[in-house]
Amino acid sequence: MPITRTEVEKIAKLANLELTDAEKESFPAQLSAIVEYIDQLSELDTANVAPWQPRSVGNAASSFASRDDVVEASLGQETALAEAPNADEGHFTVPRVIG
Amino acid sequence: MSTPLTIEEIHKLYAAGEATPSEIVRTTLEKIEADNERLNAYLTISKESASIAAAAMDNEIQSAIQTKPLAGIPVVVKDNMCTAGIRTTCGSRILGNYVPPYTATAVQKLQAAGAILVAKANLDEFAMGSSTENSAFGTVRNPVNTDYVPGGSSGGSAVAVAAGHVPVSLGSDTGGSIRQPASFCGIVGLKPTYGRVSRYGLVAYASSLDQIGPFATSVKDAARMLQVISGHDRHDSTSSNAQVPNFLSALTGNIKGLRVGVPPECFGEGLDAEVRTKVEAAIAKLKERGAEIVEVHLPHTKYVVAVYYLIATAEASSNLARFDGVRYGHRTEDPRSLSDLYRRTRDEGFGAEVKRRIMLGTFALSSGYYDAYYEKAQRVRAMLANDFAEAFKKCDVIATPTAPTPAFKIGEKSDDPLAMYLGDIYTVTMNLAGVPAVSVPCGASSAGLPIGIQLIGNHFDEARLLNAAYAFEQENSI
Repeated sequence: MPITRTEVEKIAKLANLELTDAEKESFPAQLSAIVEYIDQLSELDTANVAPWQPRSVGNAASSFASRDDVVEASLGQETALAEAPNADEGHFTVPRVIG
Repeated sequence: MSTPLTIEEIHKLYAAGEATPSEIVRTTLEKIEADNERLNAYLTISKESASIAAAAMDNEIQSAIQTKPLAGIPVVVKDNMCTAGIRTTCGSRILGNYVPPYTATAVQKLQAAGAILVAKANLDEFAMGSSTENSAFGTVRNPVNTDYVPGGSSGGSAVAVAAGHVPVSLGSDTGGSIRQPASFCGIVGLKPTYGRVSRYGLVAYASSLDQIGPFATSVKDAARMLQVISGHDRHDSTSSNAQVPNFLSALTGNIKGLRVGVPPECFGEGLDAEVRTKVEAAIAKLKERGAEIVEVHLPHTKYVVAVYYLIATAEASSNLARFDGVRYGHRTEDPRSLSDLYRRTRDEGFGAEVKRRIMLGTFALSSGYYDAYYEKAQRVRAMLANDFAEAFKKCDVIATPTAPTPAFKIGEKSDDPLAMYLGDIYTVTMNLAGVPAVSVPCGASSAGLPIGIQLIGNHFDEARLLNAAYAFEQENSI
């Protein structure tokens, strides 16, 4: 299935991505080639196959573990904000969302 | 002083009082610094913290080597594993100055076992690539021949060992990112069973496929590393509570009666003639050593790359949504709105291959395409997992080439993503099925480029898998 430039721009919007002009030029053909290759999966009859589930990895001994739901110490506000590009008074700050 | 190439050799020097951790670390750092301009294998060299850690061990090293399996051993870690206080970039501009507040469990376990972290290794951005040409901080070069790629995405970690800087390193493997660079650089690289090693602190690319594993110059050292990093971690609910056997004591070299499955589907079209010859010769050596060679089938091999690039990119598009310029990492200047902040931050922060994969994954998950692509891939994934279950009824390990070709030239495939992806045909299936696999050197091409054989085991059967690899290594060195 070919992926047009319009579709590339639509997908980029869904993914919150801005593309460079070079990417807008090259992505349609590159993604079309990849999707065309992927389309060979349609040869396979999968009507009676259930989609893979994470729990089917490994054997019985590998059953995913859960822990008790107990409140524990976390990073703390100062550490959590330490890498923020913009923080103020204990908050991450972003441009105004509501006018 | 030339740095010894194995853990055992370094421990012998310590035991004989012929070297101290400070001396070993100093020599290691000198080599790393001397070679880095040529190889570009490192993004951060932790000179100060490594020197301090080494000095703290100097007086106790005699007793430490009795109790700690990696006492005084310099190690390198791929730069997608978080290290508290040490920059962790993922090879991306978006995390170019990121200093994590915590350390990945696997790295913490290495340090608790006495290892000294000397550097963070270069990689394809967010581990997306098969050549380590996609790093925002430049291409890594293969020490065997610097015109060639080292493989990827754990290229820097492979080079660290192959160039003789450190005896062991950690990489991560989502679709072959440990095994393929091990093959291209002529060293041992192991992807453990999914769930064997905690992923806590490994920056996620594709969570159902990602697994941390070691590079080493020998199977023994790979086993030593696996021993240290394995086991359940309460911070990763997908880490397994399966028992961790003694991997080192499993290395007897005896493979009499071991059934080695050979799938003809992995020796077909697209396989380089020299790779085929070397891998077939390696299988013959396993037979000489007492293994029984049996034919098994992986009938859906032609579909595995398609399945992988749907599932991995779908998971990536979700995982990488967190890089938005709000909580950490790069943020664009003067955003006009919140959506402008997201979009320009991500444009400036991500390289082309990361964007391509986010785009492909977003497409596969989007309304109208989900059933035909993402869900279809998950159905075929179940078929692939079943193929392994069937094959392992007839054999104990499976042997294939690690990669269809030896290392390729830098730049050769960088404009053709599909051609690059097709090189992953022999490695992605093990991630999709969750089984362990190891690449072991089995010769070189006429151009002198290394070739690896891949041995694949059943879930949580690394002990037997590593013993098969060890037996081959022994037989091959005769």
